[in-house]
Amino acid sequence: MTCLDRSCAIRMENITKVFGSVVANNKVSLEINKGEILSLLGENGSGKTTLMNMLSGIYYPDDGQIYVNGEPVTIRSPKDAFDLGIGMIHQHFKLVDVFTAAENIALGLNEKGKLDKKAIAARVKEICDKYGFDVDPDQKVYDMSVSQKQTLEIVKVLYRGADVLILDEPTAVLTPQEANKLFAVMRNMKKDNKSIIIITHKLHEVMDISDRVAVLRKGEFVGALDTSKTNPQELTDMMVGHAVELNIDRPDPVDPQVRIMVENLTCYNSDGIKALDNVSFEARSGEILGIAGISGCGQKELLESIAGLQKTASGSSIKYIPAEGEEVQLVGMSPLKIARLGVALSFVPEDRLGMGLVGDLNIAANMLLKNYQSGSSPFTNKKSSKALAEDVVHQLDVKAPDVDKIPIRRLSGGNVQKVLVGREIAANPNVLMTAYAVRGLDINTSYAIYDLLNEQKKKGTAVIYVGEDLDVLLELCDRILVLCSGKVNGIVDGRSTTKEEVGLLMTNLVKEDE
Amino acid sequence: MQNKTKEPFVRLAKRDGMPTLKAWGIRLVSIVAALIVCAFIIYAIVKLNPLKVYVSMFEGAFGTGKRTWVTIRDAMMLLCIGVGLAPAFKMKFWNIGAEGQILVGGIATAACMIYAGDSIPTGALLILMAVVSIVAGALWGLVPALFKSKWDTNETLFTLMMNYVAIQLTSYFVALWENPYGSNSVGIINQMSRAGWFPEVFGQAYALNVILVMALTIGMFIYLRYTKHGYEITVVGDSHNTARYAGISVSKVYIRTMLVSGAVCGLAGFIAVSGASHTISTSTAGGRGFTAIIVAWLAKFNTFVMILISFLLVFLEKGAIQIASQYNLSDYASEMIMGIILFFILGSEFFINYRLIFRKKGAKEDAAK
Repeated sequence: MTCLDRSCAIRMENITKVFGSVVANNKVSLEINKGEILSLLGENGSGKTTLMNMLSGIYYPDDGQIYVNGEPVTIRSPKDAFDLGIGMIHQHFKLVDVFTAAENIALGLNEKGKLDKKAIAARVKEICDKYGFDVDPDQKVYDMSVSQKQTLEIVKVLYRGADVLILDEPTAVLTPQEANKLFAVMRNMKKDNKSIIIITHKLHEVMDISDRVAVLRKGEFVGALDTSKTNPQELTDMMVGHAVELNIDRPDPVDPQVRIMVENLTCYNSDGIKALDNVSFEARSGEILGIAGISGCGQKELLESIAGLQKTASGSSIKYIPAEGEEVQLVGMSPLKIARLGVALSFVPEDRLGMGLVGDLNIAANMLLKNYQSGSSPFTNKKSSKALAEDVVHQLDVKAPDVDKIPIRRLSGGNVQKVLVGREIAANPNVLMTAYAVRGLDINTSYAIYDLLNEQKKKGTAVIYVGEDLDVLLELCDRILVLCSGKVNGIVDGRSTTKEEVGLLMTNLVKEDE
Repeated sequence: MQNKTKEPFVRLAKRDGMPTLKAWGIRLVSIVAALIVCAFIIYAIVKLNPLKVYVSMFEGAFGTGKRTWVTIRDAMMLLCIGVGLAPAFKMKFWNIGAEGQILVGGIATAACMIYAGDSIPTGALLILMAVVSIVAGALWGLVPALFKSKWDTNETLFTLMMNYVAIQLTSYFVALWENPYGSNSVGIINQMSRAGWFPEVFGQAYALNVILVMALTIGMFIYLRYTKHGYEITVVGDSHNTARYAGISVSKVYIRTMLVSGAVCGLAGFIAVSGASHTISTSTAGGRGFTAIIVAWLAKFNTFVMILISFLLVFLEKGAIQIASQYNLSDYASEMIMGIILFFILGSEFFINYRLIFRKKGAKEDAAK
């Protein structure tokens, strides 16, 4: 399927990019034709964004060649990309809040002479009319909705004469109605012979909008198919691959009892977007409940709601049911209150050094973080924390020169995580929540963490494990809850489910409201 | 990575920490280097023997017993403010308002001296002045902290503005307490009775200043390093998310810490008025509220290191004044020397935190300029 003729807008050949020891893209070859919408599909960390960043000049490939309109090119910077007519719309908008739409468009154009706002406005209007955008050139960015900002980003790229547009998960921040509007505009651009690459992991969108689909998995190119000749099932299989045997221990749960009962949990993130939508489930003692989902589908908000760190909408209920004694409603409580009520809740957050630990403090002082207030003395108890730190270092085999001098920031990622997990387990929890507990860790450390979780499970702790590697979730967890766009899209049995089933639940909302 | 592009001539890499002794060695080298550079400049511009200039700088600060004590007094003042700023800056609360906090502390002290000077015994009067200056300074620190907690106002601007309020307030009281009439200054308060002045200890007029500030320095060191409050300050300064996770109320810590920070700065105002100048004017703080920020940061909030840095800064200042008068140089010449030395000291931190890697021969370390 080589296209040396002029209909091929972009061809990437054997592109390789390595970050440290991680191969983000391995010999990826990809092409896109003129007047075509191509979906780039893949799980988290499969290298989609890295690949596109090389096309838009943010990264420089370590190996391989890019061709534009059949000519070999070097793209060293975003400016080079623009000169070649390639524009990318990033997930995080790059707009100046206090500027108007027209000013943002003019920014960085380097046009000589006086800034002619009228001419810009006229040209913006022309682009808008042509493709069906709705942009007010005089509106300030801080007055715009998320969807308007995105539109502005697209207009900005078109204004600079881009023929190839790359959209990085454009619908993640949009309502279904806004997404449909975007798709209509994309179709108009396609008619104008523009090439569009859309990065997404929503299968129904892929089927809806694109002409062709290219699939990446773990940095490698799996294949490209015509959308009309494929189906969601086939794409999911390509995306997740075949199950890998990992041999993680999974003892059977003993006498599971409900510890955490979540009912109708709804919450909004800081942008005012619904992060969790009417979520209900229970976590049981002696069981590992896995939580799967594409990143940013509400996993963070779910755990933080239980930990008392996230504001929840009215009607939400999170009950903690201890083995003995009365149940406690956790909604509306601060972490301190939760701890004071004697709820033994441990939480290993995703952001280890930004939330779970204090980077400037040593291991011993970090051990104090959640119970430094115990005792009536105005001084912190350095002796007991040092003893605890030495215990954790010894038991989890943490590699650190000392426990009470070196700031924890200086330890490697795996050792930092061991300290965090060690502290949370040392608190003897009834409920243990972990978010991406093995992210960035090597195989041995990962297995050490799985063993620790299993040990907790055997002790009767209710473990909630948010993970991203489906193979691990399938081998470690007793039940798997799949989140999709903030909703519970199914709770499946970890022993009987398949990778394909979970993968489909992650990407395809069961009751899609179109 | 078979890139055709050349490897840059020199690259930077962050160091993985450095032994304390070596770090201090680099700082020492930087001061020596600064003195050498200054020597060339002194010779090039004013054609003086640099060594003689340095000797007279030293004499300016420590030449006579009286000069030595004035240097000590001023260093203690700077140290006291630095100690006051440490908890706020450690919490990453940019308290630029020490000037104002010192002034209100000073006003409170002066008021006590003027209105109660003759009716209360010295001991009680000193305690009263200390208390009211602490309260005044704490209030001045509390206001920006309250606004920051409730409405997330910018504390840098807020504390800075509070300085101007304090200066205006001082002008008002200077006019109110004008003595003699028409002089537009308060003059030396209680010059005859010496009521409310720091008493001599061990025969030294400024010994009490040293005792008070040293006690504060040790106290603050313990407060920051060993208490639960100090722990909370560290966590809040590191990450608000971690603080929330640990159940720490960020607003509460802001308010409490700014009360402490303002209180110590207010006490500095007390020491400035009662223990040094025995008068109050808009220049009682004299920019030391800002200089003390350098002290706090250079010492990385270690109050014992602050002692050294306060002395260094005051030494440079006194030395600069001395050479300016002795050699008839303009103030700018001496300020240049001070600037160069500070530049080198601050610059040395760069070499402590980063390593230079030169092309070809791999990792070649460069200690200091």
